[in-house]
Amino acid sequence: MIQESIMLVTVVLMAVVTGVFVFIAVNAGKESVDYGPVQAKAFGIRTALFWVVIVAGVLITVITTLDLPYAATRGDVAEGAVKVQVEGRQWLWNLSQDSVAADETVLFEVTAGDVNHGLGVYGPNMRLLGQTQAMPGYVNSLQLTLREPGTYKLLCLEYCGTAHHAMMSNFEVTAHPEHAAAANTQGRDGA
Amino acid sequence: MSEATLSPLPASARAGVLTYLAISALVFVLMMALGLLMRIGQADWLWMPPDIFYQVMTAHGAGMVGISGLAGSAVMWYFLRRYVDLTVGILWTNLALFLLGVVLILGGIFLGGFGGAWTFLFPLPSHGMGAWGNAGAACYLLGLMSIGVGFLLLYLDVARAIIGKYGSLANGLGWPHLFGRGEGEPAPPTVVASTMVLIINTAGITAGAVVLVLILVNLFVPTFAVDALLTKNLTYFFGHVFINATIYQAVIAVYEILPTYTKRAWPSSRVFLAAWTASTIMVMSVYPHHLLMDFVMPTWALILGQVISYMSGIPILIVTAYNALTNIYRSGMRWDIVSGLLFLSIFGWGVGIIPAIIDATIAVNNVMHNTMWVPGHVHTYLIVGLVAMLFGFMYHVAGQNGTTKMIDKVAFWVYAAAGMAFSFMFLLSGYVSIPRRFAEHLPEWVEYSATSSIFAVLVVLAAAVFAVRFLTSLKSARMA
Ligand code: HEM
Ligand SMILES: [Cu+2]
Ligand SMILES: [Cu+2]
Repeated sequence: MIQESIMLVTVVLMAVVTGVFVFIAVNAGKESVDYGPVQAKAFGIRTALFWVVIVAGVLITVITTLDLPYAATRGDVAEGAVKVQVEGRQWLWNLSQDSVAADETVLFEVTAGDVNHGLGVYGPNMRLLGQTQAMPGYVNSLQLTLREPGTYKLLCLEYCGTAHHAMMSNFEVTAHPEHAAAANTQGRDGA
Repeated sequence: MSEATLSPLPASARAGVLTYLAISALVFVLMMALGLLMRIGQADWLWMPPDIFYQVMTAHGAGMVGISGLAGSAVMWYFLRRYVDLTVGILWTNLALFLLGVVLILGGIFLGGFGGAWTFLFPLPSHGMGAWGNAGAACYLLGLMSIGVGFLLLYLDVARAIIGKYGSLANGLGWPHLFGRGEGEPAPPTVVASTMVLIINTAGITAGAVVLVLILVNLFVPTFAVDALLTKNLTYFFGHVFINATIYQAVIAVYEILPTYTKRAWPSSRVFLAAWTASTIMVMSVYPHHLLMDFVMPTWALILGQVISYMSGIPILIVTAYNALTNIYRSGMRWDIVSGLLFLSIFGWGVGIIPAIIDATIAVNNVMHNTMWVPGHVHTYLIVGLVAMLFGFMYHVAGQNGTTKMIDKVAFWVYAAAGMAFSFMFLLSGYVSIPRRFAEHLPEWVEYSATSSIFAVLVVLAAAVFAVRFLTSLKSARMA
């Protein structure tokens, strides 16, 4: 899960920053030394640090933007993707169908009928797999391949009023992809 | 200490700053108590009807952001007044408009039922679905407007004063020294920071005012069509700039006070000037990182949101925090409640932007946007960063430098530890995908809120000690 990597990187970097602050704090009250040499040394380190950060930043940017979630909204949809129309309303999801077969690529075409909502797709383990905003007047397309069979949940991830937290729908991902293909062409209404 | 005698504040100006701070101290504790209430509600220790939860959430968000703006502006005003001729009447006018706004906001929320969150995302204000009506929404929005007008006046006065003394805003940012070999000394850090803040906040508040007017007109003339994506852009531009500006004002306290402890100068070096000019541009252009999950936004804007977020870490971490650490290292400085809180605040800011920057990565935002991860980084740099900075400044203004009271020591360590732990619980909640802004949590999420609530109690108690200590030492505060 990507959340694990995110947490790991966050904790490591936060620990590094904490370590530096603790080091300085411990050394702050010690007998004072001339500022000039301290500054000269610190600025030398900083120049090096600056370039390390720049290079790392460029690399990370390139790597992380190779695969953006925006392609489907720009029309680049996977072949054979199952289209599911999603409309958020205070406070329910209107779905053109509420199940697909495992391993199928699903294209959620997401909009809203009243205020801003946010479609969050949660896996059977209740971890977030992907999301997009549901906006009145716009359609955001979220493409996901749901591998594991089970009951997924669609939560609202944009505050939309008094029952925002209750805006949850089930979304079934069924096993046996070969059987499910036929079922899908018939379509299903799951408002 | 010395600076009060260097440039005495007229009595009315001093009273103004102290009034700002006294109100801030009280409101911070009160709003923290509201935060605790929400967390307890999410922990199922207390049942709260959802509409009440969302009213409290709106009050906590708007209240915290507003009071941070007020307290931050007090720091800026207090120090900037030493360099340029600020208008005392405007300081009081801003306070009056602020208080009027508070009354309208509280009325809109707790009498009018408005629970549209502090970000009042269009078209939610007109869709209360019975929880609130147009009157409550309008009251809340007019309250924000009143506060915005007050701050706009304040920053225009700052602009007038800086231009009057330094000739132009470019000089206020130290551009002659940054881009050439300007004559004499560049503008001091306080002036540079104030110039940056007045620029971004004037832009931010103007955008906020535009979107407020659009929504207000739409409330009463629904046929007046407003685009939801446009208002979202304006709202987040305003919100991002305004909350960021609070910390860019408060950090002036670090620039001014820390060197008196370390006896080492902190001048406007070229790197310093470059950092502030870069921040001016970046704070205003980074807001698309709030729209990464709006897939219809232009791809370039969203990628820019990620890239500029990464870049904004540089001036904060490797200039401001780095300079502070260099200034402190082996300086023989004395630790007390003022230097302690200021040091903690730089730590809170530096460590808090890490999960923030990571969240601005599109691939991360996919699974973290609008989860508890967001209040996670926000609270790290607001509780452990901004608010620590502000309380450090309050102790300083109250003349508590050099005092070593046990109660301060205990409060300091409790605040630092519990503040980090409380914020980290939000990050942990985001890691397991708990959404933000949920009045009711699923059973498997409740323990996170419960643990969190314990830390929250400690934060509130420690902050209450800071506030009481400040208020009770006000009388003995140096009168200059
Ligand atoms: C004891 C201290 C605090 C506690 C217990 C607390 C608690 C909370 C809680 C429970 C939330 C809602 C989380 C959710 O989305 O479910 C929240 C949101 C928020 N808090 Fe705090 N908070 C504290 C301090 C602060 C401070 C010091 C600031 C700013 C200076 C602040 C600013 C905010 C903002 C802007 C939000 C977002 C509101 C929204 O989502 O509309 N908080 N806080
Ligand atoms: Cu919704
Ligand atoms: Cu919602």
